[in-house]
Amino acid sequence: MYRLLFLFVFCLRNLRMTFRWALTAALWPVVFGPALCLAQSPAAKETKAPVIRVGSKAFTESVILGEMLMQLAAHAGAKAGHEAELGGTQIAFAALTKGDIDAYCEYTGTLSLEVLEASHPRTSADLEAVLAKQGLKITRSLGFNNAYAIGMRRDLAEKLNLKSISDITRRQHEPEIARLKFGFSDEFMNRGDGWPGLAARYRLNFQPAGLDHNLAYRGIRAGTVQVTDVYTTDAEVAAYDLTTLEDDRGYFPPYECVILYRADLETRAPQVLAEWKRLEGAIDDKTMLELNSQARLDRVLEGRVSAGFLNKKLGIDIPVADDLRFKRMLVQLGINTRQHLLLVLVSLSAAVVIALPLGVIAYRRPRAGQPILGAVGILQTLPSMAVLMFLIPLLGLGVWPTVTALFLYSLLPIVRNTYAGLQQIPESLRESATVLGLTPRARLWLVELPMASRSILAGIKTAAVINVGTATIGGLIGAGGYGQPIITGTRLNDLSIILQGAIPAAVMALAVQGLFELAERFVVPKGLRLASAR
Amino acid sequence: MIELKGVAKSFGQTQVLQPTSLVLEPGKTTVLIGPSGCGKSTILRLMIGLIQPDQGDVLVGGELLTADNVIEVRRKMGYVIQDGGLFPHLSAGDNVGLMAKYLGWEKRRIVDRVRELAELTRLPAGALDRFPTQLSGGQRQRLGIIRALMLDPAVILLDEPMGALDPLVRFDLQEDLRNIFQSLKKTVVLVTHDMGEAGFFGDHVVLLGGGRIVQQGKLDDLIQSPADPFVVKFISAQRLPTANGAAVE
Repeated sequence: MYRLLFLFVFCLRNLRMTFRWALTAALWPVVFGPALCLAQSPAAKETKAPVIRVGSKAFTESVILGEMLMQLAAHAGAKAGHEAELGGTQIAFAALTKGDIDAYCEYTGTLSLEVLEASHPRTSADLEAVLAKQGLKITRSLGFNNAYAIGMRRDLAEKLNLKSISDITRRQHEPEIARLKFGFSDEFMNRGDGWPGLAARYRLNFQPAGLDHNLAYRGIRAGTVQVTDVYTTDAEVAAYDLTTLEDDRGYFPPYECVILYRADLETRAPQVLAEWKRLEGAIDDKTMLELNSQARLDRVLEGRVSAGFLNKKLGIDIPVADDLRFKRMLVQLGINTRQHLLLVLVSLSAAVVIALPLGVIAYRRPRAGQPILGAVGILQTLPSMAVLMFLIPLLGLGVWPTVTALFLYSLLPIVRNTYAGLQQIPESLRESATVLGLTPRARLWLVELPMASRSILAGIKTAAVINVGTATIGGLIGAGGYGQPIITGTRLNDLSIILQGAIPAAVMALAVQGLFELAERFVVPKGLRLASAR
Repeated sequence: MIELKGVAKSFGQTQVLQPTSLVLEPGKTTVLIGPSGCGKSTILRLMIGLIQPDQGDVLVGGELLTADNVIEVRRKMGYVIQDGGLFPHLSAGDNVGLMAKYLGWEKRRIVDRVRELAELTRLPAGALDRFPTQLSGGQRQRLGIIRALMLDPAVILLDEPMGALDPLVRFDLQEDLRNIFQSLKKTVVLVTHDMGEAGFFGDHVVLLGGGRIVQQGKLDDLIQSPADPFVVKFISAQRLPTANGAAVE
């Protein structure tokens, strides 16, 4: 306690130096923390309107359906939000069970064979029972079946005379067939109801590559893959003139589309549920394909596509904002920038507050130093997707797991550079400080940290620049920022939308770099800058 | 004042200092001299607590030097190393005033003291505002001495302070330093391997070899009545500045 008091008095006496360090490190969470909290929660006022959040997966059909759910919920009087383009079935389901979203559209086949695979539900009664145990329910089918199928270009299929998957099985030894390149979406590659099962059932000896679903279609068009997994209602099926091979051994189960929702909605927002149930049996295969084409090929905004459908089929008038595309883009850029900046700054400040002391500890106590450096080094190697998946059950979707992941990745550069900066101080100068009669703590503050300040600042700069790029993973879990247009652009196969995320991210990285170079003038003592200039 | 009692030190397998006893006379300058590795710097570092003896005691002011009192003791000693040991991130003025500021001296007092010492060491005007990298070797060394004298310690330890300086600068600085030591009546321990310097400074010369004291006393005594052939060898290993650089007799 006495030591803390002394440190406080010491700081007051050395205001300029203390000010420098406080500015660079400790104040940021104080400033940006509240801003972050405000950014996260929707401004739900004190009304009786229930708050509904729906989700969707990262493909067009899911986003359209998500928009439909959101618009119907708003029509029923709820405060509705849409966490769009979540990066996969597992992420969406995890978010639903945690309660970060209240509903999303899922497929019966996916539920039985992938999400709930461990419980082996055989009938729909089984399925409903398993879901009920997790507090979830499903509606009846919306009317269409978006099944997995194996697809290839129609002209190629006709040339090779392939009509069913068994045709491939029978003739896979033929050179023309053996040479076919299979490129499946990553989800299909690893799902229980995907490639492994298919290969077993049809005894196929091929080594497919795993790609993003949307990119696989580009591969088909370019001719780099010939066979891919398709969803039967994908717009690309019509657009690229693809045909599907008959599943003659009956491997793929039906994938009826249903609304998967949290059971508590029945008490919390029965009116919303009632509106959603109006979609049961309302969309057939042909209609869904048509809606997908509008969004995907005609580039109509998903919200407008869904609103048009609701109007035509259910006679509901949904207001859709009618602003210019360019103005919309600018507004969105502003929002993305604010969100991205928040992600970077909060994670960076937290990292500085933790990593700097860790670096000092590693330097002061060599025995603790090696494990510390090792541990943060290992954190660096963890794949970002894995880290996110691990954090979602703990922290939900959105900003907090993203900030945590970024925080973990920022530790290594700062710890390492702090440690190295302190290590590099010549032994003779360290001794000079000791023989003056400075306590170890005073030596750290007055001599060692200032001398290491250049290295430390470089470490923070590295972490900041890396963070700006890595923060785009936030797009996968609804954290906003520049990752959002990158995901959307990939989904819509629209390079210009991707650039709306990629270019600002690059500009921000450069700006951050420049800012730190400016900061160096204030934080690094003049004497050091002169020393290296010689 | 400072006393070593049977102090020995090894680094790894090498015994750098054999059990040695030494008493420093207060107010006088003691010179530790000898070849490299003879243990003279080790003795200095033991006195200021940078290293601990394997056996024996180091006593300062009659008290045993321990981890508890070492910081206090250091504030009563001045330590000067080659090139001054100044911190590059502080100006010369901030360097020398570091401890005083830390201990809470008023600004006025610090300024006065620094000015007084700058005059004493004949530091050129304007040097205090510059940074160490902008100064010459001689100026840095003077600043190192100012810093050591700042808190007015009773004891000053110097580890080959003029080793990095050219002969002209060194000559002047030796002159200035002796005047300072004598006028301030400090207890001084100076480590050097230059016999000329030893003679110039040393009220008391301690010749070390192979980790032990070979002979100590006034330089004349070592020259006239060497206790060991090593003494003769070391003293005569000096070349006169004549045409063929003959060794000293």
